[in-house]
Amino acid sequence: MSDWEVVIGLEIHAQLATQSKIFSGSPTAYGAPPNTQADLVDLAYPGVLPVLNARAVQMAVKFGLAVDATVARRSVFARKNYFYPDLPKGYQISQYELPVVARGSLNIMLDDGAVKTVGITRAHLEEDAGKSLHEGLANASGIDLNRAGTPLLEIVSEPDMRSAKEAVAYMKKIHTLVRYLEICDGNMQEGSFRCDANVSVRPRGQEKFGTRAEIKNLNSFRFVEKAIQYEVARQVELIESGGKVVQETRLYDSDKDETRSMRSKEEANDYRYFPDPDLLPVEIDEPFIESVRATLPELPDQKAARFARDFGLSAYDAGVLSASRELGAYFEAVVAGLSGAHAKLAANWVMGELSGALNRDSVDLEHSRVNPQQLTGLLKRIADETISGKIAKEVFEAMWSEGKSADDIIEAKGLRQITDVGAIESVIDAIIAANPKQLADYRSGKDKLFGFFVGQVQKATGGKANPAQLNELLKAKLGGGGNA
Amino acid sequence: MHNLFIGELADRLAKRQISSVELTQHFLGRIERLNPALNAMITLTAKQALADAAAADARLSAGERGPLLGIPLIHKDIFCTDGVRTSCGSRMLDNFVAPYDATVVARLKAAGTVMLGKSNMDEFAMGSSNETSYYGPVKNPWDTAKVPGGSSGGSAAATAARLTPFATGTDTGGSIRQPAALTGVTGLKPTYGRVSRYGMIAFASSLDQAGVFARSAGDAAAVLQVMAGFDPRDSTSVDVPVPDYSKALGQPLKGMKIGLLREFFEGLEPRNAALLEDALNIYTGLGAETLQVSLPHLPLSVPTYYVVAPAECSSNLSRFDGVRYGYRCENPKDLMDLYKRSRGEGFGAEVKRRIMTGTYVLSAGYFDAYYLKAQKARRLITDDFRAAFDKVDLVIGPTTPTPAFDIGAKMDDPVLMYLNDIYTIGANLAGLPGVSVPCGFVEGLPMGLQLIGPHFAEAKLLNAAHQYQQATDWHTHAPRGYT
Repeated sequence: MSDWEVVIGLEIHAQLATQSKIFSGSPTAYGAPPNTQADLVDLAYPGVLPVLNARAVQMAVKFGLAVDATVARRSVFARKNYFYPDLPKGYQISQYELPVVARGSLNIMLDDGAVKTVGITRAHLEEDAGKSLHEGLANASGIDLNRAGTPLLEIVSEPDMRSAKEAVAYMKKIHTLVRYLEICDGNMQEGSFRCDANVSVRPRGQEKFGTRAEIKNLNSFRFVEKAIQYEVARQVELIESGGKVVQETRLYDSDKDETRSMRSKEEANDYRYFPDPDLLPVEIDEPFIESVRATLPELPDQKAARFARDFGLSAYDAGVLSASRELGAYFEAVVAGLSGAHAKLAANWVMGELSGALNRDSVDLEHSRVNPQQLTGLLKRIADETISGKIAKEVFEAMWSEGKSADDIIEAKGLRQITDVGAIESVIDAIIAANPKQLADYRSGKDKLFGFFVGQVQKATGGKANPAQLNELLKAKLGGGGNA
Repeated sequence: MHNLFIGELADRLAKRQISSVELTQHFLGRIERLNPALNAMITLTAKQALADAAAADARLSAGERGPLLGIPLIHKDIFCTDGVRTSCGSRMLDNFVAPYDATVVARLKAAGTVMLGKSNMDEFAMGSSNETSYYGPVKNPWDTAKVPGGSSGGSAAATAARLTPFATGTDTGGSIRQPAALTGVTGLKPTYGRVSRYGMIAFASSLDQAGVFARSAGDAAAVLQVMAGFDPRDSTSVDVPVPDYSKALGQPLKGMKIGLLREFFEGLEPRNAALLEDALNIYTGLGAETLQVSLPHLPLSVPTYYVVAPAECSSNLSRFDGVRYGYRCENPKDLMDLYKRSRGEGFGAEVKRRIMTGTYVLSAGYFDAYYLKAQKARRLITDDFRAAFDKVDLVIGPTTPTPAFDIGAKMDDPVLMYLNDIYTIGANLAGLPGVSVPCGFVEGLPMGLQLIGPHFAEAKLLNAAHQYQQATDWHTHAPRGYT
């Protein structure tokens, strides 16, 4: 494998979060009964005409500005002609030679912490097709045109990714970005965010790209990773056994974890693109661009840089906490109630216990059972040493299941940390008295037994003894070989 | 009554000398009696017409007045009409009842017009003789062995035969002006974008424009007044103010510069040339100045058109796939069979020829040589016109090379047929308004004089046509048997 270099480019389809469709007034809401959100324009009735939704253009421009791209002063809608039942007009309105956004770039962070810049060739506006339904209909297919005409932004990357992991990192970054910009809900189950992957391999050191295969319609990060891995292995194996990769479109079967040929280049449609005469070129002027720029939020990279700078977080932590606008806001709300010195503590808890609980119970951050103020309440008690970090985890679980404040739980369960020297010493004395053999062994050099005594004391106190104090006092009492 | 102009009819309606119901009954009676020999109509809407006429009468009785209130009309069957079959002259849409009104239809309806029915046309407006209609050819009322021109042949024949005071049409390459010339009526194609295309079944979207057939420029002005205007549902309609066209009709022509298109006059058939000579004398007599202008790229217009129009049509007609509406073949065995047979059986030969031509010129490897080159030629032709209009107010020439030809004469030779539109296509490619007015007869058949103006110069154009009609009476001649 190491003799081969993998080359990947992604075409991401992000469904734009407009209220109505890109060329008609029908609503775009997901999940309505079939064909209830399709008007005469969506159904391509004779005589009807498309009218461009200005919101979609605004969103595309917003994306363009966020990836530092060129926003075209003049872009053109073109017709992509092919026959399919879920494509009512017999052509898709898309952009071809003159897309609204061109030449942008995006930084992604690799596993080793290195930052890589991925080029964005272009992003263009187009309409989605409808859906064919094959289930439950004998000898027939149903057509649901609710999705027909939904605005999409197709984001085409340069072939800059060199592994499945990089491809996933790029896709996740775009996912983060479009949600930051509030131009796409990012819902992958509903198909609002999906991608096609162009994959090829070439001998390491060779400049010329290998023949690529395009894997269509990948709608989860995991599938992107697995499909690319499978495809890379397939291509390498094929070439190494004397075969040749053919340019084709392939489908990923997640059940079997394999890609299968859908159609070859020879069978590919000639789409006969030409400018759509029903739509005028989209003219965008500087004031419009500036008005959109004014709506740009703090972008993920800016937020991460600020977190790292202001809170002293590592690049990795800052990256994780800025991966979604909501998570960043949650973290900042938690930090707001603490002194700056405890930002790292807050970061650890948000990324650790909180994210763990959300994942475990499949809860959105928005519906978290512990809100930022509650978490701040808990972290304050760690900061002021009322409870230990270990006890805090227990308190957090109780907060998560009972919804009470940290203080209430600490009081009710008597979890307040023992910091009274006399109280800790008396427990230590009792433990030492009860374990003469272990004491003798420890003093004769078995340092590891220190942990035994710590455990016994914490068992006796219900884990409430202040760990630092306990260590110190225990060391003094045990004396002798106390090098632990 | 059927020889009265719209203004005269409106006047009598206003004075309650006649009712809209009487007027409607009169024209329905003429259609019933005279149309069988002409085949100008595809669908009659007599019952609805009488109801609409009664409604118009009620509005009139209530004191409401309007230049078209209570006036009957015929719509070309390319305009969608809510609840009424809209066939576009094709088997493909023989069973298609439109669920909405085209903007043109809605505007005329709101003005109180009364739709008598829908007129015959070349299939999907593709033709110059009205012989490609699924409903059979339309006959020219001046000689029923002759074609009325196309594609709006039904509207032209019906207007000439006084089956209606006026009719709507569409003009993609001459489909209003050419049949108007061949049937002796006034036909106006407005500037591209002046009238909404919403609800007008598309043939070639960048060329199609709705217009009007009437018996005078004055009548055409009254109708355009209602049809014109920006429509937010048509992105290519233009938001410029609509002037008062009728008011503009009184302007003297003194000092107006009329350009004689050299390319139009070269090689013109002598009798046609003589009629134009007469017309030019009229204009100079009215105080206009005539001077030679040249559009050097105009000879490219027919080949340019027959790339651009088929390219757009090949895509526009893809929606007719037998899936959602319109013709569907019997017992399709699979999806491909459904597509192939529905389209193969639903479309006629000329439509298929243009879909194939258009598909070819847009195909990979041919796109640059045909489609792009045609776009360049189109720009050159547009620039030629622009340069001409720097020197003159309007340009003038014949509408057609010959009078109406025999039914069947050109059906076997598409190129010969396409050359009928040699004088009209330029205005479509450049998006310019044009009008054809009757200017005499050759072998007993009417001929047309064509005026073309700059973008949105309809008022000037209609005034020039009107002044000519004030000085001549060619537009008042009716075919024998239809007087």
